[in-house]
Amino acid sequence: MEMMGIINLSESDDYLGNLTDERPFAAVPFAGRYRMIDFTLSNMVNSGVTNVGIFIQHKYRSLMDHLRSGKEWDLARKRGGLFFLPPAYSRFPLQIHRGDVDNFYTNLDYISKSPQKYILVSGANILTNLDYREALAAHQGKKADITILYANIQNPKQDCRGSYILETDHEERINNLVEYAGQESSQKMCIEMFIMDKKMLLQLVNNCIAYGDYDFIKHCIIKNCNKLKIYGYCHQGYVARIASLQSYFQHSMSLLKPEIWKELFFKSGLIYTKVKDEPPAKYTHRAEVTNSLVASGCHIAGKVENSILFRGVKVQEGAWIKNSIIMQKGEIGSQVILENVICDKDVHISDGKHLKGEENYPLVIKKGWVI
Amino acid sequence: MQKKKCVAMLLAGGQGSRLGVLTQKVAKPAVEFGGKYRIIDFTLSNCYNSGINTVGVLTQYKPLLLNSYIGIGSAWDLDRQNGGVYVLPPFVKEYGGEWYKGTADAICQNINFIDQFEPEYVLVLSGDHIYKMDYSLMLEYHEQKNTEVTIAVIEVPWEEANRFGIMSIDENHQIIEFVEKPQEPKSNLASMGIYIFSWPVLRKYLQEDERNIQSTHDFGKDIIPKLLREKHELFAYPFIGYWKDVGTIESFWEANMDLLSDQSTLQLHDPAWRIYSVNPTCPPHYLAATAKVKNSLLGEGCMVLGEVENSVIFPDVYIGMGAKIRNSIVMTGVRIEDNVRLDKAIIGRNAVLHSNTVVAAPAKEDKQDIVVVMADIVIPPNSKIQESSIV
Repeated sequence: MEMMGIINLSESDDYLGNLTDERPFAAVPFAGRYRMIDFTLSNMVNSGVTNVGIFIQHKYRSLMDHLRSGKEWDLARKRGGLFFLPPAYSRFPLQIHRGDVDNFYTNLDYISKSPQKYILVSGANILTNLDYREALAAHQGKKADITILYANIQNPKQDCRGSYILETDHEERINNLVEYAGQESSQKMCIEMFIMDKKMLLQLVNNCIAYGDYDFIKHCIIKNCNKLKIYGYCHQGYVARIASLQSYFQHSMSLLKPEIWKELFFKSGLIYTKVKDEPPAKYTHRAEVTNSLVASGCHIAGKVENSILFRGVKVQEGAWIKNSIIMQKGEIGSQVILENVICDKDVHISDGKHLKGEENYPLVIKKGWVI
Repeated sequence: MQKKKCVAMLLAGGQGSRLGVLTQKVAKPAVEFGGKYRIIDFTLSNCYNSGINTVGVLTQYKPLLLNSYIGIGSAWDLDRQNGGVYVLPPFVKEYGGEWYKGTADAICQNINFIDQFEPEYVLVLSGDHIYKMDYSLMLEYHEQKNTEVTIAVIEVPWEEANRFGIMSIDENHQIIEFVEKPQEPKSNLASMGIYIFSWPVLRKYLQEDERNIQSTHDFGKDIIPKLLREKHELFAYPFIGYWKDVGTIESFWEANMDLLSDQSTLQLHDPAWRIYSVNPTCPPHYLAATAKVKNSLLGEGCMVLGEVENSVIFPDVYIGMGAKIRNSIVMTGVRIEDNVRLDKAIIGRNAVLHSNTVVAAPAKEDKQDIVVVMADIVIPPNSKIQESSIV
């Protein structure tokens, strides 16, 4: 594969509230056993990308614990493999971190010494299952300077908040990227995945630094829309952008539709994650589980509907869980009723408690709390 | 090579012919078990959890899958710089080579392998039992008794004692008599096929046994009786806990069903004694609005639209609408279409059962036979299967 990958985690991650109190966005648990970053990383690996650098920025302990050597993604390699690229260091005392171009600049050596010709830069807030080889072929076919992956979003109100929208001509050439401004019609949403020649990236980064610019999308991409041949590549298929707690909740719940479950987990490759060696899920005589996703290691004696249970969750007899997400090792006591609740990891709800959130405003219980 | 106090030798070459079609393509230790595992996972995990990190696995019968499954042992954290797991198939020597002629011969042919670690003790294990056991406690016992041989024993029901190698012991747990499958058992302490030998003693007896042309080269039949005849002190290590030899279809089915009971002494959900295995890459399983799952184990990646009761379902299984699965074991990747009915069935890996098929033996009084459907088979719609498929 002549393409290397960069996963850029320099974006702000405060919009998921308590879920990102102690972890970066990329390490937020999703879909019963994964973390957000698993999707981008697995897509890269399944597309043959074997050299992946990750820009880590803050609160990255849990992310490093999750990825470790990269073995589960087949990225523990002698040549290439997984590289953690630490935050930009400041050249002057007390210089603040201004933007992600600093991270590129700090790690320019790693990028320029990698043997691959092309580079793929991706964020980690898009959940999809795609093959980057097709996008690279399109990039080469159009002899583009930069190719930006986008998706047609039918329901932009929910997903596009804070994203960039592409303005293209009839040949998919991009004239401009603008921040989403609340339109209701279908939008070409940038899914923050960029393919370009590595030399092009090095040049863009050096130019930015020379002019004192620091934002990758604004200054490396948008500023050059008129000078460079930038094309869009439309990714067909299921795309979920996690832009808020609401969209986190809704996209989690949409996995209960079998066609979406199948597409996200099996379409062009499998999604890998850290293994936990949990036993198969156990259902007792009293278990009543419908329309739910259940991960390994669960022990269920209660009633569960329209919910997602992560690995190692215990549900006692008489408990009733609906429209909720219970993360790893949660324990739900007997006679508990939960509705529209997200329990972070290791939450223990003691017997008889009733907790209720709203469909558009789920109640989040912080990691490790006992209620 | 770094010196090791104890090296484990895991006998995994047996065919397990009484498991019929389940061992048609794989050796018995590689047979799938418990909704996720293969039988050998229990022994390998016991080794890891007991702190034994040098394990030789002796393979012979259809070893392809077993060898690739074990790989370099990373699933059990046995990929080590010093020690780790070694797959040891029979090999050719200067003057020809031969198959492993028996359990003792398999280890005898690998004396050089053991010697390189200069161990004080050798732990002999078999790869076809389901149990959780801390071998380090047995090793402590062996050292404390200052003995040359320790054999793990377990109490079995008296009426089944004639199926095992039975030990008679004195009040100090010293073994007085050992009889293979006695007609009239004098005790109900059965050998678990787990031995700790002091290596110099075992080494000497293996070499003597090798020269004896009358010998069947078996631990239970030759080595242990000879040690007793020659007045060595052998001790029994009583083990309390779940232990099952899954040598027959019935015991295999029972052991799987044992996992469903909360009272069972074999609990898979035990963070202090995890059973490790090669994990499938599958999303959490999905239970549809029509699904009903009771008293069952369910693996990852399954999609269930029908009903499942008292059953063990492996990963990546599809169970269609209206299907009714009872008292059954369904292995990885099986596809069960709408309205299929299973009762007391074992469905082999990747089999496809088209709609309206019924797999169940006719019920006779209070006993019903187990029906085994072989791996990779495709059963047409509306079939009625009442007996196990033939190899």
